[in-house]
Amino acid sequence: MATHEHAVHAHAAPQGFIRKYVFSLDHKVIGLQYYFLALAAVFTGMFLSLLMRIHLVWPNATIPFFGDIKPEQYLSLLTMHGTIMVFFVLTTAPQGGFGNYFLPIQIGAPDMAFPVLNMLSFWTTLLGFIVLIAAFFVTGGAPLHGWTGYAPLSALQSAGPGEGLGADLWITSIAIFCIGALMGALNFITTTLDMRAKGMSLMRMPLTVWAWFVTAILGLLAFGVLLSAGILLLMDRHLGTSFFVPVTTVNGVLTGHKGGSPLLWQHLFWFFGHPEVYIAILPAMGLCSQLLSVFSRKPIFGYKAMVYAIMAIGFLGFMVWGHHMFMSGMNPTVAFSFSVLTMGIGVPSAIKTFNWLGTLWRGRIRFSSPMLFAIGFVSLFVVGGISGPFLAQPVLDIYLHETFFVIAHFHLIMGVASIFGIFAATYYWFPKMFGRMMNETLAKTHFFLTFIGAYCIFMPMHFTGMGGLLRRYSQYTEVQWMHSMAGVNKFITFAAFVTIASQFIFLFNFFWSMKKGEKAADNPWEATTLEWITATPPPHDNFGGVTPVVYNGPYEYSVPGAPKDFVMQTDPAVGDMDQKKGKH
Amino acid sequence: MASFSTTATLDEPLVSRGDKGGAPPSFGGGDDGRSGPGLPDYPTRLRRARLGLLVALTPVLMLFVSFTSAYVVRQGLPTIDPRTNQLVRDWIPVKLPALLLVNTIVLLVSSVGMELARRQTRLAAVAAAARPAGGVSASVEGKTPWLEMTIALGLLFLYGQWMAWKQLAASGFYVSTTPSSSFVYLLTGAHAVHLMGGLVALLVAGLFTLLHRSVTTRSIVVDVAGWYWHFMAALWVYILLLLEFAK
Repeated sequence: MATHEHAVHAHAAPQGFIRKYVFSLDHKVIGLQYYFLALAAVFTGMFLSLLMRIHLVWPNATIPFFGDIKPEQYLSLLTMHGTIMVFFVLTTAPQGGFGNYFLPIQIGAPDMAFPVLNMLSFWTTLLGFIVLIAAFFVTGGAPLHGWTGYAPLSALQSAGPGEGLGADLWITSIAIFCIGALMGALNFITTTLDMRAKGMSLMRMPLTVWAWFVTAILGLLAFGVLLSAGILLLMDRHLGTSFFVPVTTVNGVLTGHKGGSPLLWQHLFWFFGHPEVYIAILPAMGLCSQLLSVFSRKPIFGYKAMVYAIMAIGFLGFMVWGHHMFMSGMNPTVAFSFSVLTMGIGVPSAIKTFNWLGTLWRGRIRFSSPMLFAIGFVSLFVVGGISGPFLAQPVLDIYLHETFFVIAHFHLIMGVASIFGIFAATYYWFPKMFGRMMNETLAKTHFFLTFIGAYCIFMPMHFTGMGGLLRRYSQYTEVQWMHSMAGVNKFITFAAFVTIASQFIFLFNFFWSMKKGEKAADNPWEATTLEWITATPPPHDNFGGVTPVVYNGPYEYSVPGAPKDFVMQTDPAVGDMDQKKGKH
Repeated sequence: MASFSTTATLDEPLVSRGDKGGAPPSFGGGDDGRSGPGLPDYPTRLRRARLGLLVALTPVLMLFVSFTSAYVVRQGLPTIDPRTNQLVRDWIPVKLPALLLVNTIVLLVSSVGMELARRQTRLAAVAAAARPAGGVSASVEGKTPWLEMTIALGLLFLYGQWMAWKQLAASGFYVSTTPSSSFVYLLTGAHAVHLMGGLVALLVAGLFTLLHRSVTTRSIVVDVAGWYWHFMAALWVYILLLLEFAK
């Protein structure tokens, strides 16, 4: 064909394994590739956290195949755990995975706007992951500087083992990831703006699409800044510049740098880093809004408020980065404004939470496994969110900074809540992606073990944090006054054993159901959005040669007078009712 | 010309299904030119590509905004002299080589050439649509090779930047000499890398002529690359002003 394939979806269904499953231009295949990448990453990251928990409780234990964990290796573990989880799980699975697969289908498009770019974004991300993992296997091992990469530790090759080639690989990996994420965001935004089906007005888009769209905008604005910081850091490391490094000595020897500012790194990093938190959580918010409506058989409570809340959270997310830096000797007036703005995020977050509860209120709730995880998400979001306003107080933060209280806060709200979003999405969309249902008994077992387990791990950390237990200490038992917390720490580690073990129930269920699960109907959950009108799994062009035309909003459940308790978005009969009721 | 993208609808199968055919559109577009899985028409493709470019320019802009903020912050920072324990300034203003002005003119002229090339390709796309047997690339013989000229000027600009770097080094300003020289190399280098991306796009468009790819596709590539090129020219002027007046 004499056509340029970048801009159009003119490519016919590909033949042959390589074109179909490896270098595929199909957004559905790319979505699954992202998903499996995240799955590999999440188990890697989880394994690293397990090593850390074991080391905290039994610091002198020798781990099979790994040996003793030295203090610097503990720092490597936490760096790699954080980096893998934040970038290659929480950013990759909800946005790259499910967003890629379902955004085009939910807006009635045949594919993403730029399929080749889409393919490149996945392969770029995969390359970033490989480069990151390679840091484990070079001289000196993985870097020590944490996922935030604070200078000057990250900027000096001589600063420690792992700060040589390992840190170079880490920075390179992040830069590669940025480029991949930017290509993805470009596709998401263009597709949402330009490829919606007839009748799919912005205010008829499912909240999942809104969340992916706003997340893509956040990524577009944030990743360029991280990339710039990474470039400056590499220059400091290799070209002798002094952007981030002041006059400093390593082992008593002057490094030759002068005048740089470690705070400049922190500003640039957190200008990216805080929106990144919302990049991780917004897709899960959109998804849970969707699921709560589907499984309560009720329209989402306050659709427009939900849309504006997503936008408000995205906007405020760029205004609050300074709350990560209260310890840096910040002007109290500046700290106060960051503090107020941070607490301001509580307003749209509360709007969302109350709307979720309003959706559940007097619904005919179906407690299927996706719904359980969605409710679990709301629970975790509230509990993890409540500790936010505490940390947003500069005065309290000076005490709580670097303690396990912070670990508890961001793991509950950014880590576990997002992961619950990913689980909910997996259970919800599995039938559409693979044509079979997942086993419900295993799914519920998985839910209860994970839900209780996650609370058992992270709730006690609030108390150890308030008690002054510090993060990044590989052997807290060496500190006299932290001894009293040994029992709680042991409990957390045992809870982690159980929770991690229960993830294998999920893994088994996932792969077993792919082959042996009960065959799924086209619309097993009786949902209204466009992915449920098409075949299971969807054909190459998503709708098998039919143009979807949209007449309704995405949450028409229990509409009075309708024959069933849900009205598909493409059902014209209710489009008239819509107008009679004077909606929109 | 300006009305072209909205009014002149090119008969898409004629111009783009040249040699091998391909799957017929399984169904028509959605509303107002929003496409189905068939091949979208020329205005749709052009609009989508331009929208994509607009979105893609945002992170480029953010990258340079970020560099600028680092520039401003770093400029105000003193450093401690370890021998005397006094705070001193280590920011030595760089005297920019005059060659940069010549380079600026070269780039601005190339931007004009780019605009002429962009319009020329559009005309060719219209001509191809008007011809009954159109389908192969429209002939641009006998016309001014604006595209080639732009590529040549772009390469000349990059060469000029390289020479400016050499002049800087010759006058004692290396990357790590002073933070201001670090930024000069950083900003010019980052701009050059982005400009190379534009050059690659133009080379691809040029290659399309040789490969007899469809003239509409070529026109879209040239159009998008053209706007990118203008952005790069404006960005360069901004960088030059920043380096000259905020040093």
